[in-house]
Amino acid sequence: MRKLLLYLIIITTGIVFVARLFYLQIYNTSYASLSEDNAIKVIYDYPQRGAIYDRNARLLVTNQPSYDVMVIPRELKAFDTLEFCSILNISKDKLVKRLHKARVYSPRVPSIVIPQLTKDEYAYLQEKMRKFDGFYIQKRSLRDYQTVNAANVLGYIGEVNESLIQKDPYYISGDLIGIDGVEKQYEKELRGVKGVKRIQKDRFNRDIGPYKNKKFDTLPVNGKDLTITIDARLQAYGQKLMENKRGGIVALEPSTGEILALITAPSYKPELLVGRKRSPNFTKLYYDTIAKPLFDRGLQGEYPPGSPFKTINALIGLQENVIDLKETVSCRMGYYYGKNGRKLGCHSHRSPLNMIPGIANSCNAYFATVYRRIIEKYDTPQEGLDTWRKHVQSFGLGNYLGNDLAAGRPGKVPTAEYYNRLYQYPKYKWYATGTISNSIGQGEVLATPIQLANMTAAIANRGYYHTPHIIKAIDGMPIENENYTKPKYTTINKEHFDPVVEGMHEVYTKGTASFLQVEGIEICGKTGTAENFTKIDGVKTQLTDHSVFVAFAPKDDPKIVLAVFVENGYWGARYAGRIASLMIEKHLRGTISRKDLEDWILTHSLEEEYAKPHSGEPFKINQ
Amino acid sequence: MAKSSVAAIDWITVLLFLLLVGFGWGNIYSASFENEVFSFTDLTQVYIKQAYWILFSFVIIIIIQAIEAKFYERFAGLIYVISLLSLLGLFVFGKTISGATSWYVFGPVGLQPSEFAKAATALALAKFLSDMQTNIKYIGHQLRAFLIIAIPALLIIPQPDPGSALVYAAFFFPLYREGLAAIYLIVGASAAALFILTLLFNPLWVVLAIAAIMIFILVRNRKQKPKYSRYLLTIIIITGFCFSVNYIFNNVFEQRHRDRFNIVLGKEVDAKGIGYNTNQSQIAIGSGSWTGKGWKEGTQTKGGFVPEQHTDYIFSTVGEEWGFLGATTIVTLFLLLLIRLIHLAERQKNQFSRVYGYSVVGILFIHFAINIGMVTGLIPTIGIPLPFFSYGGSGLWGFTILLFIFIKLDANRVNEW
Repeated sequence: MRKLLLYLIIITTGIVFVARLFYLQIYNTSYASLSEDNAIKVIYDYPQRGAIYDRNARLLVTNQPSYDVMVIPRELKAFDTLEFCSILNISKDKLVKRLHKARVYSPRVPSIVIPQLTKDEYAYLQEKMRKFDGFYIQKRSLRDYQTVNAANVLGYIGEVNESLIQKDPYYISGDLIGIDGVEKQYEKELRGVKGVKRIQKDRFNRDIGPYKNKKFDTLPVNGKDLTITIDARLQAYGQKLMENKRGGIVALEPSTGEILALITAPSYKPELLVGRKRSPNFTKLYYDTIAKPLFDRGLQGEYPPGSPFKTINALIGLQENVIDLKETVSCRMGYYYGKNGRKLGCHSHRSPLNMIPGIANSCNAYFATVYRRIIEKYDTPQEGLDTWRKHVQSFGLGNYLGNDLAAGRPGKVPTAEYYNRLYQYPKYKWYATGTISNSIGQGEVLATPIQLANMTAAIANRGYYHTPHIIKAIDGMPIENENYTKPKYTTINKEHFDPVVEGMHEVYTKGTASFLQVEGIEICGKTGTAENFTKIDGVKTQLTDHSVFVAFAPKDDPKIVLAVFVENGYWGARYAGRIASLMIEKHLRGTISRKDLEDWILTHSLEEEYAKPHSGEPFKINQ
Repeated sequence: MAKSSVAAIDWITVLLFLLLVGFGWGNIYSASFENEVFSFTDLTQVYIKQAYWILFSFVIIIIIQAIEAKFYERFAGLIYVISLLSLLGLFVFGKTISGATSWYVFGPVGLQPSEFAKAATALALAKFLSDMQTNIKYIGHQLRAFLIIAIPALLIIPQPDPGSALVYAAFFFPLYREGLAAIYLIVGASAAALFILTLLFNPLWVVLAIAAIMIFILVRNRKQKPKYSRYLLTIIIITGFCFSVNYIFNNVFEQRHRDRFNIVLGKEVDAKGIGYNTNQSQIAIGSGSWTGKGWKEGTQTKGGFVPEQHTDYIFSTVGEEWGFLGATTIVTLFLLLLIRLIHLAERQKNQFSRVYGYSVVGILFIHFAINIGMVTGLIPTIGIPLPFFSYGGSGLWGFTILLFIFIKLDANRVNEW
């Protein structure tokens, strides 16, 4: 026993030590990061953000240098705050507040004190920097816009927020990230990869050379240049036409799904959201809740599509074989249905009509008849409605398009389930007539302008569309994303499209837009006039109708598809039709022959119309 | 005879010694070099100095082996007295370095007599216990043995160097091996346990808990007619002990001592102030993971975050740069050395050699246990070096002399005394 005691104590001690070492070195992993915090300083080398070009290789966005004043709170020493504040032109209170915030964020990790100095401010500060321990200057690049248009398409960049830093370890506080538009959607391509330098530090926080002989250091990888599908000239022209109006224009190339122009009005100049002035400007735009300049009406505005939707019902009618091209429907200023002789009104035109003039004259009675037959073809209205819905959806309506735009809305195509709930089925039954406003694109159907444009592209292509997209090439390499390159077919047979196209052509030659013809260009289109309502002091009030127009041209080899939407522009051809016609001529010809038409649009403002509901006085609509 | 003596040297121990010293130097080099050109003449670098200390320790080894084994027994008393005088002399000629008057300084060389006093005390104790007339079972002889141990310790405490004085507890091991009653062990261990418990909990609760246990035992043993007075006396002593520990801790200890205990007991967390050393040392070791960051690649070591890293905290360099595998290898080397030395001590026919051998084991073990315990944050900060490893000439020489006298004695075991 006396001999054993010492052995025992020694062995026990050994086991305890090995266990302790195991705990410290293997089991508890927190020490490794503690040691990194302690001893290694990480310096980032920011790459150039990629440039953005339009489809004709016109430079839209490039970079300009900017300088951030950074602070590492732990390394701060007493300094002349008065001098510091006067150099940087900020108040002492603000400085104290920012330093406090930085310390709360982390005493060791750099935070921005003053973002995005100009070159001059930087030059001056650089001289004095050695006086301010704990501060340093980090060079970054800011966006430099070569265009005053397309702010909604390009988006903007800004400092990454806290929650994103938590989610994506690539970003650290103060990094810039794309927040909207192409900048957001193609952030990964544009930003490149920042380079990392690891510097070893001693306990006094002095640099003592590169860590591990630069083994873990990386060089920055520059961002990729993007070519987007926008035609800057067409975009600029569209924005000019939409001045003093609210609404959106979406122009597509039907053969590819490329977005030629994406216009929302009112808009703003992209340079407003660069650098230090971004924050006050953004606030101003953000709080303009009446004109909503940050709201992309082309992508996010969900409106009843109105008459252009009739073309879809015509196609479904032909596909479901409930009507042929010859059959005529008579219209006595409307469509009468139900026991009590309810009426879906129509305007005056010749009667009876078959399909092609039906489209050209936008006859409500004709499409109500077709729609009702589609629904009633099946045993139950539920079955009929869902069949109808399946066809409608095949045109990209009623759901997100799955495109590469930062914003979007699904729109709406009602389901049978929806009407079951609405009419409390099976307690009460419902019939095709209960959903009759779907026939003319009012009622429950909602679509965004880009969905309308896409729907029209499917008609222009006689049966298929390419998902609309904004990206054309990355670093000069054309995209190969199958989502965009592969056509998506509708549920309608190819042969049914020709009469509908013919009807849309007649809209121009004989119908509602006959005064908008362009000499030598065969245009197909469809007007729309969408009723809309707002609430004023809690009272539902009708406003002047929205002016809607969809078009494509030329008829037999379509190069451009348009959906134009002008809020409170009254009937379809009045504003939207005129704008569409000018856009088509601009795109196909490059010049405008009808100067009087152009002047009419440029000189007519709808601001008065928009002021009406906010004036507090009674007003008249549809004047 | 010299020839056979060399052949009888225990080369396993020598090999372990060389491994520890060599590995130790490598870590000192890593912990102290700063990218300068390696030059043997650059005596401002601690790793160069240590290299010379090591080279000179080989000279010492040869001298020790050349001297007759009997010399150490015969002159044990004299060596002990000289050692005490050298400790006393510090009060007059001692030089104060970082707060402790523990040094004689001869030009560039500083010597720390307390490092040599351990070997001297071990010789003196061995001499006394191996005397035919000594019987450790007698209280009087026990007292004399305690005195031999206590005098150098008491001379070291006021330097102040309580850590080095604590090492003298190591002589409990040879005493116990030679027949000291187990009650000393039990009382000592219980006192230590009570000390910790009292610091962790309110002393009143500790006393009540112990009283409850005693009553439980008493009730169970009531048929054997227990002596109530003994139980009562034990409880009174324990109560007194607990409350006096509490009193001493709060009123006699200095704040820095209290802090050291509180940090290990987890009652206080202060990573920047008093707990900085321990915390940084744990970070360094903890960041080593399985295989470490590689020799001279330790970021904590290079950045100098761990204070005293080349001396008392050298093991944190091992942990950081060699990882779990390296650190356990060092622990294993120490265990092997200690076990080998016990084995050697047990094979001595001569009591002097055996007592001395056990003293060596005890001293090395206490250093090993306290140092690594401290560096890994298991026990409070007690600044004593890791044998053969830590930087320091006196320490290295002291341990070398301590160990190689025993190797000499062991090599000589076959000869008549």
